[in-house]
Amino acid sequence: MNAASQQVYKPRRNLELVLLLMALTVAIGAQMLVALALDEPITADYYVEGAVFAGLVLAFHVVLRLRAKYADPFILPIVVTLNGLGLAMIHRLDFTPAYSGVADRQLMWTGVSIVAAVALLWLLKDHRRLRQLTYISLAASVVLLFLPIVPGVGQELHGARIWVNLGPLSFQPSEIAKITLAVFFAGFLANNRDLILLAGRKFGPVTFPRLRDLAPMFIAWIIAIGVLVVQNDLGNALMFFGLFVAVIYVATSRFSWIAIGSVFMLIGAALAYRFVSHFRDRVEIWLNAFDQDIYERAFGGSHQVVQGLFGMAHGGLAGTGLGSGNPNMVSLANSDMIIAAFGEELGFIGLSAMLLLYLLLFSRYMRAGLGTRDTFGKLLAVGLAVVLVLQVFVVVGGITRVIPLTGLATPFLAAGGSALLANWLIVALVLLISHSARQPVIVGPMVNATGESSSGIESRLHSDGPGARESAVHRHGAHRQPDHHDRHDDDHTGIDHVPAEQGGTTR
Amino acid sequence: MSELAVTVLQFGLLLLLWILILSIIGAQGRDMTISKRSRARAAAPHAAPAPRSGPPAPAGSNHSGPTPRPRPRRLLVSEGPLAGTELPLGSASIMMGRAQECTLVLDDDYASGKHARLFPQGSRWFLEDLGSTNGTWLGEEQLTRASTVEPGDRIRIGKTVLELRT
Repeated sequence: MNAASQQVYKPRRNLELVLLLMALTVAIGAQMLVALALDEPITADYYVEGAVFAGLVLAFHVVLRLRAKYADPFILPIVVTLNGLGLAMIHRLDFTPAYSGVADRQLMWTGVSIVAAVALLWLLKDHRRLRQLTYISLAASVVLLFLPIVPGVGQELHGARIWVNLGPLSFQPSEIAKITLAVFFAGFLANNRDLILLAGRKFGPVTFPRLRDLAPMFIAWIIAIGVLVVQNDLGNALMFFGLFVAVIYVATSRFSWIAIGSVFMLIGAALAYRFVSHFRDRVEIWLNAFDQDIYERAFGGSHQVVQGLFGMAHGGLAGTGLGSGNPNMVSLANSDMIIAAFGEELGFIGLSAMLLLYLLLFSRYMRAGLGTRDTFGKLLAVGLAVVLVLQVFVVVGGITRVIPLTGLATPFLAAGGSALLANWLIVALVLLISHSARQPVIVGPMVNATGESSSGIESRLHSDGPGARESAVHRHGAHRQPDHHDRHDDDHTGIDHVPAEQGGTTR
Repeated sequence: MSELAVTVLQFGLLLLLWILILSIIGAQGRDMTISKRSRARAAAPHAAPAPRSGPPAPAGSNHSGPTPRPRPRRLLVSEGPLAGTELPLGSASIMMGRAQECTLVLDDDYASGKHARLFPQGSRWFLEDLGSTNGTWLGEEQLTRASTVEPGDRIRIGKTVLELRT
């Protein structure tokens, strides 16, 4: 938890603008390229859609200039590039019969998500306000996670019960639960970190925490397993549990949590393998993907994985070129398997560029966490970074047969409104955290910097302009410490001190 | 459109993608190398003997002459759990302590929640104790009232030692 800020940061919004223009060129250029490669006419729709996308993104940039001047300048361009490539690939798959009609919906969701992220940025102002919602967000997470199993509301698709029907739209509440759970874990650990750190028993080199400190860990495990068993959603279970282990490890810097977490995870996996047939199928597919029986099985076979692998092999180093491959041969090519589609059409060169973009995005999230000065912000940024990286790992690992394939949305790429919305909201939160990390401690006017008089402190205190007092109050306003501000005037006399909360006791 | 032109454009997309990545990495510069330098500086022995440390005369009585000097702009944690941390100073007060609301959150078991406050007056920074349990020390003396802090003076809070730098 060592934050070091070397210098006063520059806002660097102009750099962001330049990078954004490059990102928009990639995004809109990819759309046009799809039409050119498929010999489709470039209609006016392309220009309208491109202009809308660019307009929304530039509006986000302007809001950042107004509201979070010191926010990280790299996050938005990276996200725009990824989202634009995702739109282009979905648009490209739209021309194949199996996937038509998705691109417009995805574009609409992109617009909704960007507007929602801008609204969150505008209204929240300071991420520390979320800390007050620690337990509310736990309750919200539980509700969101268990909403799909409520009869009448929930809906089952592709063997996983993770959707909620809201009239014409279906929504995946577990995507939003990622954010609320990250807020809960960060808030809970920011409050109870010392307790978990100080108490414990030492066995050899590792210190194990007390059993009662393990209770929230156990609850998180129960939730993860519950999600897995009830919703048949292996990917999200893995992600929620990984999120908690990572955040608690960062909060306490104790390796024992990783060890305990791994043990819990192995137990969970063993139980799931024993009792959940869905999971057993996935493991079987993973281990024996090229087995003829499993490949030809009508439902739950390895056809999807193997076709994805063949597609990526077809792409090779430089890919077939956007619009020139056959990514539609893989089932779910525009959502769960979109990475395979990119692997085929952009090849290793393009796919590694995209993975590198994810790595850069992850490092920017972590940088925001390292830079900020409050524990809650650090843990929240780390939690959100872990959510991102675990999603990418689970999806890419599944498609490349490193781990069993599970259905998780690739952040910013895959077709799916809820995932896109959740990821853009995460972007807004991390931008706020990075703004508080990079802004100078005080933004108020310089008061009395030339030192107009040099008598005693008392006389100068009265010349302490109202600006300084105001800016100080303004800065601490978000933390609501009125008692402290009232005390300022007493303290200036330098005579008596109000004891701090620990009173006169000595340790 | 001819096939060749499409292929060229398809390669152009890949090229553009990589140019974007390289410019992001280039623009980041040394942003990711956090605290390596400041950690090295904190580990170095304190060569500066703080010539003006003297008795921490309260209420600015050791202010000599009206010459305005630049106010110190950085607060460096030189010892303790947060050693190496640097905080840029602006023009308003800084609260130090373990409470999350503090500007500098000290990760120090011997610090109180709101331990001490550093505030600017003219070209100086003043330090005052906020009724902490274990006290705030400026040089060798325990702080009893607000005192000026000069660059190089050792401010001790629990196990943490802080210094002002210009």
